[in-house]
Amino acid sequence: MPESIPVSLTVNGRRVEATIPARLTIVDFLRDHLGLTGTHVGCAHGVCGACTVRVDGAIIRGCLTLTAQLDGGTIETIEGVADSGEIADLQEAFYARNAMQCGFCTPGMLLTAASLKARGRPVSRQEIRDHISGNLCRCTGYQAIVDAIDTVVNTDGVNADSDGGRR
Amino acid sequence: MTPPDSASVRAPIGEPLPRPQSRRFLFGRGRYVDDVAVAGVAHVVYVRSPFAAADITGIDVAAAKAAPGVIAVVTGSEIAEWHDPWVATITNLPGQKSPPQHALALDRVRFQGEPVVAVVAESRAEAEDAAELVEVDYAPLEAVVDMETALDPATRVVSPELGDNLFWRMDIDPPGVSEAFARSTTVVEETFHIGRQTLAPLEPRGIVADYDPAEQRLTLTFATQVPHIMRYVFAKHLRLDEHRVRVVCPDVGGAFGLKIHTYGDEVATAILSMMLKRPLKFIADRLESFVSDVHCRDHRVKARLGLDAEGRITALEIDDLTAIGPFSVYPRSSGIEALLVCTFTGSPYHLPAFKAAGKVVFTNKNVMCQLRGVGMPIACSVGEGIIDKAARAAGIDPLDFRRRNLIPDDAYPYTTASGMPFESLSQQAALEKLAALMDYDGLRREQAELREQGVYRGIGLACFVEGTAPSPAIYGEGGAPISAQDTCTVRLEPSGALTCLVGVSEQGQGAEAVIAQVTAAAIGVAHTDIRVLMGDTDATPYGGGTWASRATAIAGEAARKAGVRLRANILGLAGQLLQARGETLDIRAGTIVDAATGEARMTLRELGHAIHFRTTEFAPDTHPEIAVTEQFSVRSRMFLYTNGAMGCHVEVDPETGFVTVLKVWCVEDCGTVVNPMLLDDQIRGGIVQGIGNTLYEELVYDGEGQLQNGSFIDYLLPMAGEMPDIEVAHIETPTAESGLGAKGAGEAGIIGAPGAVLNAINDALAPLGASVSRQPYTPERILAALGKVPSRD
Repeated sequence: MPESIPVSLTVNGRRVEATIPARLTIVDFLRDHLGLTGTHVGCAHGVCGACTVRVDGAIIRGCLTLTAQLDGGTIETIEGVADSGEIADLQEAFYARNAMQCGFCTPGMLLTAASLKARGRPVSRQEIRDHISGNLCRCTGYQAIVDAIDTVVNTDGVNADSDGGRR
Repeated sequence: MTPPDSASVRAPIGEPLPRPQSRRFLFGRGRYVDDVAVAGVAHVVYVRSPFAAADITGIDVAAAKAAPGVIAVVTGSEIAEWHDPWVATITNLPGQKSPPQHALALDRVRFQGEPVVAVVAESRAEAEDAAELVEVDYAPLEAVVDMETALDPATRVVSPELGDNLFWRMDIDPPGVSEAFARSTTVVEETFHIGRQTLAPLEPRGIVADYDPAEQRLTLTFATQVPHIMRYVFAKHLRLDEHRVRVVCPDVGGAFGLKIHTYGDEVATAILSMMLKRPLKFIADRLESFVSDVHCRDHRVKARLGLDAEGRITALEIDDLTAIGPFSVYPRSSGIEALLVCTFTGSPYHLPAFKAAGKVVFTNKNVMCQLRGVGMPIACSVGEGIIDKAARAAGIDPLDFRRRNLIPDDAYPYTTASGMPFESLSQQAALEKLAALMDYDGLRREQAELREQGVYRGIGLACFVEGTAPSPAIYGEGGAPISAQDTCTVRLEPSGALTCLVGVSEQGQGAEAVIAQVTAAAIGVAHTDIRVLMGDTDATPYGGGTWASRATAIAGEAARKAGVRLRANILGLAGQLLQARGETLDIRAGTIVDAATGEARMTLRELGHAIHFRTTEFAPDTHPEIAVTEQFSVRSRMFLYTNGAMGCHVEVDPETGFVTVLKVWCVEDCGTVVNPMLLDDQIRGGIVQGIGNTLYEELVYDGEGQLQNGSFIDYLLPMAGEMPDIEVAHIETPTAESGLGAKGAGEAGIIGAPGAVLNAINDALAPLGASVSRQPYTPERILAALGKVPSRD
């Protein structure tokens, strides 16, 4: 039997105490133990980014991170940052620009976009594209997502592109 | 035949409205099948064959059964007692043969990844642990992996009971083709290899099966595009009455044609729920997805094109070979891709002579079947690729070559050499619009200047025709239980809001939003006043579901017709209360108004209350009909044909072989545009999938039939950073087949992109005397074409 480990976490502002199998990933803990199903599993080997969550302020791959590693940590999921209003501007921009189709990648994409916005400076479209390249989207072709992030991160309507477009 | 109905094709049709239904995804409140919580649910995992071909000589499940949390360990022969096997042949493509397929393998495995034993446990982790303890003894057989030699007498027959490895062949072989080639002044040939791919929706396949033994009802919460088809398939093969099976689609995390097929692991999950009388969940992991989701493409096409002295096409001949694994996939069969390669190649052009041969063979790789684009991306790559080669040989600019050879816009109706009856296309207009949009002449000047500096940029064009919104001719008339019709019910609620129920389903395309916009336009309300319900066979009308770019064209027209009739009923009923003739009234923004003055007379809510709560206010013989159902299917031709033209601009680094896609442009004509924002992003998404297919994606099998790259680490999907911005423009040539006038568009992007990228790469390589024709066009293959590294193909 797998070894059980006690952990204490803060998840979306709520204290969570649990005794969990050592091998339990944080994405499985969030989904199966806490019912926070907004975080998705697309590949389970750290490529697609659908499992992106925030730990102590930084985005990580939920499928490659063991829950036991995060003892004492602060975890924020899509449900947390959505309900708190923190990403309301990104949500509105994604909605208005139809920056999602099936929606499976969307929670991870929003958390990754929020991490770009947190840098607090204008960025080029290519920087946006590069920044979200760890989050696969199979539906949109990415352009709508880049457009949506562009309007939020470059709030004065001027982005950092010298040529007004790609390359 | 009706012309587009201007009274009902009005705003909000044509408006770029956001999808009201998308907000839940932004809050993490989408509900996909793996998010569904069912009390008492247990979990199924499958032990899969590690061999491509082997006899099963023994199975020992004792250790697995004793493992913690295990509920049952079940073999294929035990599962087989609960179902009838399936055979996927359709009679309108005569000559097909395929072996019976069971949910789990019985005494023989025919592809790596074929499910063999099911393990059911209280948790998925326990089921996966126990699956490791199942001992299956295999006696490996020679794996048939090379489609080129699959029909050789010396090659082992994959399913000996069939006699040989041929699934199906087709021929279009009219007289006069060799004479036409003989008269040609230029003849070029090329062999195109289109690698094996899959489309990898981010959400893997999954199902929750819940059998209620008390009511003998099976409920399947199922990541599927086709709820009614799956109800039929599961009921028929599990020997249940169809009305005892309910299929419910939760949110589906992408599909691209992958979630319309019958998979043994999903059928076995339903059987296990019946056997064990427990709700069971099966969610494929990513490696399982790679080895068991249907694959696509994997074609070798030889093409030959003749020209006369004026640069006009004289003849086209193609020879297609493809391999589909050991089984034709149920219930559609695996011959459609070859059919579409043989009928769509060269279809944008006037072809005085045309010959095509297709052979579809069995191998010991994973099964292959229809995915987004279905053969048409291959047809476009081959047709556009050979045309550019011919244009180069004749010294004609590719744009000019297409101008000379496209079917003229005034030539419709037009029947192609392969027998397709085109209703009305706009190919010349699309090409000219594209040339202006991309500044073709400016790009050519820039290209010439940069070549002086040693920069190799390429410009590729691709014209394409897409078959959308199929009629019953393609499946139903061949005996497959695949409905070509869809039905829509629209009803007025007491609140004045409207509910719309349709048979198509949603995987993110925006079908819900499009149906709401069409219905809103027909009735005269805001699209947000309409709730669209989909994906529940107990509630929604019978329909074919969402595939082959059919939701807007077919269900949209059913919704329009229902909305028009409901509107007339509403106005008649309102007229009774207002003592006015219905024709003098109108519905605007949800309010019944005087048509002449616009004066508000009554809200829909007031009317809804009267109808539902105070029926006595109406004449005694009035029984208000406020739930209207209409149906639509395409009848007069196999498809609603659409067209488009795509341009691609690339830079090739001759030192590294890397291709950078700088920009893509697309001009597309799908008739009436219902929501241009959703439409453009459908096309962009398809183009990016097409770029991925063309530059990165290939499922590589070794000589023993072992997949070498079953993960996103090794099977590369396009990332945002390497994709270009894509400009999309439209021409609207409505179909006269429906009042809405919309044709399909969901596959246009993936059809045109591979040909445009191929031609752009070869345009860049042309001054270096090199070209490529084996997709994906990887850096290694480009360097091999340049003679810088040895070819491994």
